[in-house]
Amino acid sequence: MLEIMEGSHAVAKSVGLCRPGVIAAYPITPQTHIVEALADMVADCSIDAEYITVESEFSALSACLGASAAGSRVYSATTSQGLALMFEVCFNCAGMRFPVVMSIVNRAMGAPLSIWNDQQDSISLRDSGWLQLYAEDNQEAADLHYIAYRVAEDHRVLLPAFVCFDGFILSHTYEPVDMLTRKQAESYLPPFKPYHRLDAADPISFGLFAAPDYYMEFRYAIDQAMKQARSIIPEAGTEFSEMFGRDYSGLTEAYRIDDADCAIVAMGSICGTVKDAIDEMRNAGKKVGLLKLRAFRPFPEKEVQKALAGVSTVAVLDKNISLGSKGAVALEIRDALYGSQITVLDYIIALGGRDVRKKDIATVVASAEAGVGDLFYGLREEVLK
Amino acid sequence: MTFDEWLRVDRLPHIYCAGCGNGTVINCTLSAVDQMGWKKEEIVFVSGIGCSSRAPGYIVTDSLHTTHGRAIAFATGIKMANPDLKVVVFTGDGDLAAIGGNHFIHGCRRNIDLTVICMNNMIYGMTGGQGSPTTPRGALSTTTPYGSSEAAFDLCGLAAAAGANYVARYTSYHVKELTLAIRTGLGNPGFSFIEALVQCPTNYGRRNKLRQVSDQIEYFKSHAILAQKAERMREEGKKIPDDMIIIGELARRNRPALGVRK
Ligand SMILES: Cc1ncc(C[n+]2csc(CCOP(=O)(O)OP(=O)(O)O)c2C)c(N)n1
Ligand code: SF4
Ligand SMILES: [Mg+2]
Repeated sequence: MLEIMEGSHAVAKSVGLCRPGVIAAYPITPQTHIVEALADMVADCSIDAEYITVESEFSALSACLGASAAGSRVYSATTSQGLALMFEVCFNCAGMRFPVVMSIVNRAMGAPLSIWNDQQDSISLRDSGWLQLYAEDNQEAADLHYIAYRVAEDHRVLLPAFVCFDGFILSHTYEPVDMLTRKQAESYLPPFKPYHRLDAADPISFGLFAAPDYYMEFRYAIDQAMKQARSIIPEAGTEFSEMFGRDYSGLTEAYRIDDADCAIVAMGSICGTVKDAIDEMRNAGKKVGLLKLRAFRPFPEKEVQKALAGVSTVAVLDKNISLGSKGAVALEIRDALYGSQITVLDYIIALGGRDVRKKDIATVVASAEAGVGDLFYGLREEVLK
Repeated sequence: MTFDEWLRVDRLPHIYCAGCGNGTVINCTLSAVDQMGWKKEEIVFVSGIGCSSRAPGYIVTDSLHTTHGRAIAFATGIKMANPDLKVVVFTGDGDLAAIGGNHFIHGCRRNIDLTVICMNNMIYGMTGGQGSPTTPRGALSTTTPYGSSEAAFDLCGLAAAAGANYVARYTSYHVKELTLAIRTGLGNPGFSFIEALVQCPTNYGRRNKLRQVSDQIEYFKSHAILAQKAERMREEGKKIPDDMIIIGELARRNRPALGVRK
């Protein structure tokens, strides 16, 4: 049933329907509404979970790791500085292969302090071994949580997962969202079946020392699991589409790209603005399309190559910057298209919540067509003086 | 006295809600600093993140607005690099006792020469009123909708046990006493910890039957009991009700301190 809901509440409700046994989170703007809503649900016994009011994000993810090791489905949510504080535990979750699912309500990294949106936080954990899914709207943000649990807990994958969606732009915005019923959620997402867990009857140790003769194989195994997820995510997404009618069958999603000369590549809520801008440019006779990345980790290399095969220019919108290099998405796209004749240009955009309008997208496309790129878009020169 | 000369007037109006207790603590602190005769150039205010931690942003001296919970660690670095600087930390109950709890106890243990002023509103104010480690048992917050079930920290007890040279607690009602305590802390070598209970009408009072600003100040007034009196009551075998706030100087000693120029 369609309901008008705040993004945070839609996510909280979906997470509730995923039935985690333990929730541990520390408040941080703009994530707070999710965990407050979950705290309410736990207090009202509308979900059967333990809610731990931990003293920091470090403790939040550590408690989740412990609870997962004990055989429970777990959930946390954070953003920005909070995620940075979890850095150490993030690598541990992936290394010990615990399928923790965490919402990242994307926010810029300090300093200077900013509570506004970009995607630097989750992108900075690119190499930590977590799956990374990005939502364009509140419906997708809500739905990706079911898919994330399915994939993370799949014994062919067993990796933790971020579900990322843009702070404020989605988290604090009301949109119509179609919620699954309890029954639907249960039929799509069965109870958690741990692959291995702490069990006194069958003792096992996690996280022990790996000498140089073993360490590399552990890392290889995680990488293999990531690559495996490239087919498991579409599998889980296709099943979701078949059951509930919303299509998440691809790691990417193309919009009016078939005959496009120029393609924009982007992730998250900006894709909505891009689609509208593309409609206007198409009306004006420009052949422009969008390739939206739903999965950033694992990176959908093959899908990208296929979707962009026919274009001559790619303009990547990066809401992050690997300082001293380029935006993380552009680096991946260039790598995927290496050896082709396609020009890939990077636009660092919308950092720290700077607004992006349809006309900005049109300007980016015009720049890309003129071969001007690899720049910070929309810098205020008067501030730099 | 007026504090215009201490305030970054161009940063006003401040972000605090009407009736917030943090302003009182800033006033008391500036008054104490002024009484010490300290110059602006020799003071650094350090803070973490929170409403309380916004304080240095409104004061003209050098300041370091750091990450949530870490103010004491940053301040330790400043003091060790230049012991001639007078380093004062503003922090909140969440900043100090939740995410930064470890730095707090180790600051006390090392007895590093800082003055740490905690504006304890018993809640995470800035993020909208979630329960903190000082939220009293039974108090309502957005993460404890039917009342907190966990025990609250006694911040002063913690500081005293961990080795701080000077420890005192007052409330936003006790303006004179609080000012004097901060002044004593500033003058005392080693780790000085002053806890100031403050009202947060927006995120604590509103949910806990202390709707008006004055309700919470009245509460502080009627529930405060001087440490000496509490001691006497204990000696006489009288029970001190759990909701009483013990105020006054709770520790003063002369353990060797770190960061003091010999
Ligand atoms: C690592 C990290 N986690 C969470 C936050 C979000 N956050 C900002 S202020 C705050 C709580 C502040 O509480 P307190 O220290 O008591 O200050 P108050 O606002 O109550 O004065 C939190 C959780 C953050 N900034 N950084
Ligand atoms: S939320 Fe509370 S602590 Fe923060 S400014 Fe408002 S009254 Fe003060
Ligand atoms: Mg507080």
